[in-house]
Amino acid sequence: MLEVTELEKTYDTGDRALKSVSFEVSGNEIVAIIGPSGAGKSTLIRSINRLTEPTGGSITLDGKELTHLGQSELRNARRDMGMIFQEFNLVERLTVMENILSGRLGYLSTWDAFRRNFPPEDISRAREILSRVNLDGVENNRADELSGGQRQRVGIARAVIQRPKILLADEPTSALDPETSREVMNLLTDIAHEDDIPVIINIHEVDLAIEHADRIIGLSNGEVVFNGSADKLDEEARDEIYRGGESLEQKQIASSEAETNISDAVVERGD
Amino acid sequence: MAAEPGSTANGSWERPTAFYSKNVKYGIYALILLFFAYSFWNLRMSPARFIQGLGAGVELISSMLPPAYTPTQRELLIQGILESIVMAIVATVIGIIISIPVAIMASDNLVPGPIYYIGRSIVATTRSLHELIVAIVMVKAVGFGPLAGVLALAFKTIGFFAKLLAEEIEDIDHGQMEAVTAVGGNSIQRYIYGVLPQVMPRIVGLSIYRLDINLRHSTVVGIVGAGGIGITLLNSFDKYDYQFSMAIISVIVVIVMIGEGISAVARRRIQ
Amino acid sequence: MSSNPESWERFDRRERLIRFFMLFAGLVIIVAAWRAMEVNYGYAITAPVELADLFSRMYPPDVGYSTTITGALLETLNISILGTALAILMAIPVAFLGASNTTPNKSTYLFGKFIISFTRSVNVIIWALIFVVVFGPGALAGVLAIAVRSIGFTAKLIAEAIEEIDKGSVEAVTAVGASQLDVLIYGIVPQIKPAFISVTTLRWDINVRASTIIGFVGAGGIGVPLQTEINYFNWEAVLTILIAILGLVLVSEAVSAYLRKKVM
Repeated sequence: MLEVTELEKTYDTGDRALKSVSFEVSGNEIVAIIGPSGAGKSTLIRSINRLTEPTGGSITLDGKELTHLGQSELRNARRDMGMIFQEFNLVERLTVMENILSGRLGYLSTWDAFRRNFPPEDISRAREILSRVNLDGVENNRADELSGGQRQRVGIARAVIQRPKILLADEPTSALDPETSREVMNLLTDIAHEDDIPVIINIHEVDLAIEHADRIIGLSNGEVVFNGSADKLDEEARDEIYRGGESLEQKQIASSEAETNISDAVVERGD
Repeated sequence: MAAEPGSTANGSWERPTAFYSKNVKYGIYALILLFFAYSFWNLRMSPARFIQGLGAGVELISSMLPPAYTPTQRELLIQGILESIVMAIVATVIGIIISIPVAIMASDNLVPGPIYYIGRSIVATTRSLHELIVAIVMVKAVGFGPLAGVLALAFKTIGFFAKLLAEEIEDIDHGQMEAVTAVGGNSIQRYIYGVLPQVMPRIVGLSIYRLDINLRHSTVVGIVGAGGIGITLLNSFDKYDYQFSMAIISVIVVIVMIGEGISAVARRRIQ
Repeated sequence: MSSNPESWERFDRRERLIRFFMLFAGLVIIVAAWRAMEVNYGYAITAPVELADLFSRMYPPDVGYSTTITGALLETLNISILGTALAILMAIPVAFLGASNTTPNKSTYLFGKFIISFTRSVNVIIWALIFVVVFGPGALAGVLAIAVRSIGFTAKLIAEAIEEIDKGSVEAVTAVGASQLDVLIYGIVPQIKPAFISVTTLRWDINVRASTIIGFVGAGGIGVPLQTEINYFNWEAVLTILIAILGLVLVSEAVSAYLRKKVM
């Protein structure tokens, strides 16, 4: 379904955020992308729907090459990709119903968007999905009246109503407490299986990743250093991703050596 | 926006409105449209008159350009502008000095009830009358010339400054005043250490802002005889000497824009 | 900073010098300005007497006169509302040009900023003078003067509101494949609505005041009869008009404050 080939992103400052990233996603796989902060996870997922423009390489969704699309074709392609954001990114002052329906804006004329003339099928679907994410009854509440977990579920509903071919979730649980995070992850995996679409999830918590994902991609310093099923993610693999190859033990020895050096120096100065 | 239950039929949905009901909303819109229609009719404007006006406008602009002045006029222009600038400065200073006690009187957290009402009334009255009206009254009282203008602008400055300053004072953190009392300071020290540091940046910012406003107004109070370049401008219009008018207007615009630029820079440096 | 641990000063030597100079310079400017005005102190001393005399002539207000001015009062209100409405129409595109996140390129941004600055620099009376020459005396000139003058103020505040919106929401609407216009309608407009209404009512409030005096240069409203009565020394009538103006302004201020509170 999705093929990423030799993807590159170099910022104007010269910072190489993504180096030759390649992987594939198909069927209804749940793929988790893990890695330390600054590894390029967000840049990677945002490059897929070109919210961030890649500087090299290619991305193909269902056979269609994305990186060279013009503006209106890009818009059409984005309809097929549902994105879920860390900060939910709802339009706060609009109602829950309007936020969910906004997922269909790619199919609506501007005048209809202004008058909120959504087709009846969209409206019934919106209500179905609202039930599906366990948010019955709040359709006319303003988005800013909801809790964090509820808002993220609206965000998920907005992505689902697009009938996307793939879901892209950029750290969907980072702003939520552990229990709500679990609920959201379960929701995402359920949707992936029921609707038979793949999901790519950026995530911090490695345990959540192992629990829910079929496959794990480990990113370190802009490069893919691990790409395999969750059970293959052993201690060594984690070191590779998070500590650049050193084991935890080695790192602890190194840091305590450094501390000894400092205290020696202090004693010498005689303060 | 009030949360109103939308329609419950599955495929249709109405966007909730702040107006109690859709009918009320359309009723109010209709009234507004009616009002505008009435106002337009009142203006007695017809397409013919508008086109005539455009023609006259073009004629006026062509007779205004290029801006020009004779040597005598240049003297008048320079004198008038300088007088306006000076009036603005003096009026701002006097106005601010008087408004500080008034502001204290108008803050509900610093003074008892009756004094608060007196303070608030002073503020309300000085703010309600337009500076030109005040200028006319001042002209009748102290005669033609810049003194009337200065008094009028100072009068308006009091209203502006005292109101904003009072709001600032009402917002202060009482804890700081309490701390001074707790260490045994007297009431004046409470003000100096507890109130002043908190409101000082705002005072300086507001002063610069008001100076800028007074500069704008000082250029026109001359129209009613209160000094400054206003009277020169009015005379040039009455004499159909439009090139001189344009010269005066250009100078006013430049001076005001410079003033605004200085004011913006100064205020930013204080923050 | 002092290297002696036992002394502390709020400002070091250099800062003290600068503060002193600024204070000194400020005083010099003010004194020079005052002297330059060549104030005739004779007039200043008689001022309280003159004022008292004026007020005694104004009081009591000519109540019967109030019926003659209702038309002019209504016209003043009309001018303020129409002028503000017209201003909003023109200010919205200017605001989008003058906001760094919605303007197409640098030159349109500067152009927007220039229009904002220019319309704010020219006083409403000057605009009124110009429009009276172009369209003849009457309310039309007044409406246009008020409208043009208000563009700068309104556009500036709306542009600030546009620049403060949450970019995440806008990004999300873009990510579903919506067009630029859709993003505007669905993502930006709802976020600036409160600021928009607030700015509009605030400007209308100010415009009511302005509408009361543009009559002095012939642009309609209650300024016209006011000027006439002053010229004829009918002080009681003048007081009536002043009271009427005060009433109008207080009412409009109350309405404006109420509306602004409702959208918060």
